[in-house]
Amino acid sequence: MVATVETISAVEEATGKYKYGFVTDIESEKAPKGLNEDIIRFISGKKNEPEWMLNWRLKAYRHWLKMPEPNWSKLSIAPIDYNDIYYYSAPKAAEKLDSLDEVDPELLATYEKLGIPLNEQKMLSGVAVDAVFDSVSVATTFREELSKVGVIFCPISEAIQKYPELVRKYLSSVVPVSDNYFSALNSAVFTDGSFVYVPKNVKCPMELSTYFRINEQKTGQFERTLIVVEDGGYVSYLEGCTAPQRDENQLHAAVVELVALTDSEIKYSTVQNWYPGDETGKGGIYNFVTKRGSCRGDRSKISWTQVETGSAITWKYPSCVLKGKNSIGEFYSVAVTNGAQQADTGTKMIHLGEGSKSTIISKGISAGKSQNTYRGLVEINRGAESARNFTQCDSLLVGQTCGAHTVPYIVSRNPSGKIEHEATTSRISEEQLFYCLQRGITEEDAVSLIVNGFCKEVMKELPMEFAVEAQKLIGISLEGSVG
Amino acid sequence: MDSMSILEINELTATVDGNEILHGINLKINKGEVHAIMGPNGSGKSTLSYVLSGRTGYEITGGDISLNGKSIIDDEADDRARAGLFLAFQYPVELPGVSGMSFLRASFNARLRENGEEEVDHLDFVKIVRAEAKKLGISDEMLKRPVNVGFSGGEKKRYEILQMALLKPSMAILDETDSGLDVDALKIVSEGVNLLRHPERSMLVITHYQRLLSHIVPDKVHILSGGRIVKSGDKSLALEVEENGYAGIDDAA
Repeated sequence: MVATVETISAVEEATGKYKYGFVTDIESEKAPKGLNEDIIRFISGKKNEPEWMLNWRLKAYRHWLKMPEPNWSKLSIAPIDYNDIYYYSAPKAAEKLDSLDEVDPELLATYEKLGIPLNEQKMLSGVAVDAVFDSVSVATTFREELSKVGVIFCPISEAIQKYPELVRKYLSSVVPVSDNYFSALNSAVFTDGSFVYVPKNVKCPMELSTYFRINEQKTGQFERTLIVVEDGGYVSYLEGCTAPQRDENQLHAAVVELVALTDSEIKYSTVQNWYPGDETGKGGIYNFVTKRGSCRGDRSKISWTQVETGSAITWKYPSCVLKGKNSIGEFYSVAVTNGAQQADTGTKMIHLGEGSKSTIISKGISAGKSQNTYRGLVEINRGAESARNFTQCDSLLVGQTCGAHTVPYIVSRNPSGKIEHEATTSRISEEQLFYCLQRGITEEDAVSLIVNGFCKEVMKELPMEFAVEAQKLIGISLEGSVG
Repeated sequence: MDSMSILEINELTATVDGNEILHGINLKINKGEVHAIMGPNGSGKSTLSYVLSGRTGYEITGGDISLNGKSIIDDEADDRARAGLFLAFQYPVELPGVSGMSFLRASFNARLRENGEEEVDHLDFVKIVRAEAKKLGISDEMLKRPVNVGFSGGEKKRYEILQMALLKPSMAILDETDSGLDVDALKIVSEGVNLLRHPERSMLVITHYQRLLSHIVPDKVHILSGGRIVKSGDKSLALEVEENGYAGIDDAA
């Protein structure tokens, strides 16, 4: 997506391991640290939210208070002090903006440095970008273009005011507020995110993308994304994420909901490159995200593609609820862990509709002292006559001190269901490396070549320009992992 | 140092897992010459090829190797490769998922970069590869497969020769290129190698059997036994081995 050329050169120019670790020096407005009902009222007030929204948040908060923190994953998480986090941080003067000319030049420069020029003239062939900086959306490009065909692409805070009936209808209809600890927390305190609405029979003419950046210290990012595609519509949506290098852990607890109606299709791609912490495991982002799509209409299709290279801890399962007849769910994932990173990621495919189909291709790459777990649920329910699933789960180990784990859960309540599961574990061999070296390819390029070969089936699902960026990222995140 | 020599090996000793396998090898190959090293199993033939190309685990404990007049013993394997040393593997390695074109282009461009030349883009490279592949009877379909995956024995060896043709090394080592080939495949591969004989390119052909050397006719033949070169001569030495076996040669040494 986003200006690959710039990204690559930015990556190459920068020194140090994590290339997006710089901090933007910008004045921000913060709510006091900690979490209580006043903070929630503050956030809601800042966003000029209607009464129903505030009540919805408060209800979520009260529910969250009663929930225990989950601990069933294969992760070791240092305790999180929820009262030591800023729940609202916004760059000052980032109020209502009518055009990009009004965006703070410091912010524009930041996104430029990240390889995402927000200047529409400079952008590559029509990718519309929503840039979220800490708690607020600072710019959304190409909105006029999109509105011509009826596509709504705006910050969710704006959607709550402008399109309350749409938001009320679909918000938390896929991920209920009480779904899990972090979704409840998100519902209470979410500050921004993107809203996409594609009307009937409209194929969205450009890729939509959101770029998340955490800048402030001790700030949590709780974004909320809602994408609704009406009958016969189509949209391809991309998200990218980075954060500065900091010694303490920062929490990113997002909720993403997708709704696909009859004959519609949503393609959702993620390249996640939050700061992973240092070699010893100090600092880094806790990426605890709930992503779920509902294939509500017949023949609807939702496809998740994720390339996860960053974060100290990644804990998420982009899932599909396949309600519609002959609906299709897909999950393509590459999760790379190096250093002291941990990942527990995978998907859930819940088959409810007759003839529903799902495909899961997961590629885990572990290096350094990292731990990488695939966890996935395939559930074929009674009504899902002739449902099918194919799962392929491959792990690649780089070095001797990392771990790869595969935890598939398979539930079949309908005898006509077909479920296939394939899994492999392999290692980059000395022999393979030597073969590449003998051809004059450097060790780092060799690892990148072999790893990208291993992930090929997933990479080809990414939009072209995004794929180039992702390949580069995988190479960078494995730097120094061999030898 | 003779300015004509491309590869010079002096009193080379090397160990694998702490055991000395090469006990003082001396060898000089001049520009454009083709030398053959013959020897029984366990004589150190493959070890020599790995020591020369710098594989991890093959440790040089004494002596020197120079390529084009410069010592390379402190260089990494990829540096040696970019300096013009090429090894055609006895058992070419599979790289699942890695597209042949990306792999070939990565190595091709690494060489160009080293020489300060401009890298070629994908489209131009495809043309270059197809032209070379045609000479070796390598189909477009084979070029599209991942590196060495699902290749037959003959296809793997031809793919090695294709890489040699692309990388134009000044010193090529062919490690048991004949192993696992039937008569027809041997002929195709040898013809490919002969096409690459060039006044600017030296070759070291490592083999157990004489039969390869009747296709690729060497200027000199050396017999490696017990980690030493025990006898050197012209191509007739290979025929002697064929007739009397290695035992006879050992006695003579």
